[in-house]
Amino acid sequence: MVKTLALTGSEASAEAWRQINPDVAPVYPITPTTEIISKFSQYHADGKVDTEMMLVECEHSAMSAAVGAAASSARTVTATDSQGLAYMWEVIPIASGLRLPIVMQIANRALSSPGNIHCDHGDSMACRDTSWIQIFSETAQEVYEHTLLATKLAEHKDVQLPAMVMQDGFITSGNLEKVKVYNDTDVRQFIGSYNPTYSMLDLQKPHSFGALNLHDSYFESKRQQEEAMRNAKKLYLQIGKDLSKITGNKYDYFEKYRLDDAQYVIICLNATGGTTKEVIDRLRAKKKKVGLLRIKLFRPFPYDEIANALKKARAIAVLDRSESYGAYPPVFGEINNALNLLKKKPKVQSYIFGIGGRYIFEKDIENVYSELMRNKFRKEPQYIGVR
Amino acid sequence: MDFKDYARQPQKLASGQKSCSGCGFPIIIRMAMSAIDRPFVVCQGTGCVSVTTTTWPFTSWKMPTIHSAFPNLASTAAGVETAVRVMKKKGKLKKDIKVVAFGGDGGTYDIGIQALSGAIERRHNILYICYDNQAYMNTGGQRSSATPYGAATATTPHGTLHHGKELFRKDLTYIVAAHDVAYVAQASIFDFADLTRKVKRAMEVDGFAFINILSPCVLFWKIPTSDAYKISELAVKTCFWPLYEVDHGKWILNFKPEHKMQIEAFLKPQGRFKQLLELRNRHIVDGLQQRVDRKWKELLFMCEKTKEKPEKKEVKKVKKKKIVKKPVKKGVKRKPEPKIKTSKTRSKFAKLKDKLKRKRR
Repeated sequence: MVKTLALTGSEASAEAWRQINPDVAPVYPITPTTEIISKFSQYHADGKVDTEMMLVECEHSAMSAAVGAAASSARTVTATDSQGLAYMWEVIPIASGLRLPIVMQIANRALSSPGNIHCDHGDSMACRDTSWIQIFSETAQEVYEHTLLATKLAEHKDVQLPAMVMQDGFITSGNLEKVKVYNDTDVRQFIGSYNPTYSMLDLQKPHSFGALNLHDSYFESKRQQEEAMRNAKKLYLQIGKDLSKITGNKYDYFEKYRLDDAQYVIICLNATGGTTKEVIDRLRAKKKKVGLLRIKLFRPFPYDEIANALKKARAIAVLDRSESYGAYPPVFGEINNALNLLKKKPKVQSYIFGIGGRYIFEKDIENVYSELMRNKFRKEPQYIGVR
Repeated sequence: MDFKDYARQPQKLASGQKSCSGCGFPIIIRMAMSAIDRPFVVCQGTGCVSVTTTTWPFTSWKMPTIHSAFPNLASTAAGVETAVRVMKKKGKLKKDIKVVAFGGDGGTYDIGIQALSGAIERRHNILYICYDNQAYMNTGGQRSSATPYGAATATTPHGTLHHGKELFRKDLTYIVAAHDVAYVAQASIFDFADLTRKVKRAMEVDGFAFINILSPCVLFWKIPTSDAYKISELAVKTCFWPLYEVDHGKWILNFKPEHKMQIEAFLKPQGRFKQLLELRNRHIVDGLQQRVDRKWKELLFMCEKTKEKPEKKEVKKVKKKKIVKKPVKKGVKRKPEPKIKTSKTRSKFAKLKDKLKRKRR
């Protein structure tokens, strides 16, 4: 039985957790992700899950406890953002290095300083090279479904890597949306049980986790991680197909909106996709060939597929909600690399917008399209909405 | 268990680990693990232990073990312990597995104290053993908050202006005890029976247990490889490292030296205190002595304060024969009971006799 509920992005995350019913949830509050934790705590208090909540004293301990629990064959989830993610950072690569499929919810928020609680993607972009699977989501519905997908993908024995599911802080995490929640039994059947190859609790075959690997062996273990990432890319589609049997939705690496015949394309992440789609519909009515490519799977990054999708484009604008100071912003860098695979490379312009939650309006996006159409390209990234 | 029985046990930490010869921590770990007679897993903090015992592809641990990072030993162990609890609850785990954590002073006193404090507050069922070698030995002997006053380290060297660390060490055992923890103890390899008994007790209690053990470092304490035991003994006998335990809030002193030695006895054999033996640095030694004396006094006070005072001699309740009171007729006086001879009434001669008896004893 499919239920349609009015849920915020945070509640959709918590709903996914409720269905997954993880073994251990070490959590620490932080705005705006704290909503996920509060909602899940209510499920815990009402006995709807038999998860062991670990209400730890900091994010660093939250991720450390997650590492300990996941190594002991417990299905583990956690959630954080911004400063919390930054505080966790030491343990982030340890989780992936130990190949522990922890699934983390992130409601993206700007990093200090100056202090800010609103959305930008600086926090998760800082983790893009830590061997975590990163999935970005536009709507609460996507957050919910991506959490299920990420859990299954992370735990696959050819992957065994942790995953982050991103949503825009407040924009998605705080807004009520219509969310289809699927049948508990169907979802649980899809998720299955977690039986890792190696466990701390296996006394018969004791293993040492987190050994010292020096120059003679460290490189090889890291190379294996890369192999797991490549597997994750393939399995993302396969597991997505399994999930679509329940949901009926498609799980591609990216969403293509009126892209097939589009000449002017915007590329972005998360909730900005929704605003862009509105603009596209309006411009399409005026016979303007505009389209959108919204990336969902950011790590592993689907270079070939994106290059293929952008083959026919004349001009592309990449909208980044984060900065890479002194360099081109993260998404632009990746798109540029992907476009280099094409024989005839379309023109591409980098834009930076919405840092620290600065609003982006439809007129801003319209303006981007008009700049593309007017063939206005500059070497430096352009800023939208900065005063 | 007999002393020999411990020695006959199969080794739980395989030989061949790469610690320096004469190092304190393998002794501590072996002694501690020999006292554990139930299934357990080990968590290690970053430090000499993790580096020397699990150099890939070798491992010295015969049970599952995990090493995550420097500041998070307690929280990693807490994660493992929670998983044990969940798996048992869900019926996926049959055995009752105990989680034992080994961390150095850097990872326990300094960078890991927050995680430790949090784990204690959450009452995880963990035995946390801190092997305190009083500095960051794995990185080359830099000072930590466990380094004693006056010790020369890589970051507080002996120079013309400064003479070693100029701050007193943190008393972590006290800090842990202040958490109202189930069991906390301070032990030393000097007293094997005491150490193993403490580990046994710590495994028994339900909740967080913490044992702080002094771990001599041959390299940076600058002592001969044969002297780990001797130095540990001096640390105990000078009351620099008193042996005590706090069992559910009750402070118990485990070893009271007959003659409390002066702190110099502990300082002299160690190269790290060499500069303190110069006459001009006498005030540093005095400062250290004062500190040790004060802490010792405090400890005695705590032990006395929480001592279960023997309740007034319990008089064995003898079941009195039920006396059926005869209804007393009004107006009729009861007969007064006959007087029994008390000591007051005894003769002077009898008293003298008693005195003599006592003297003879």
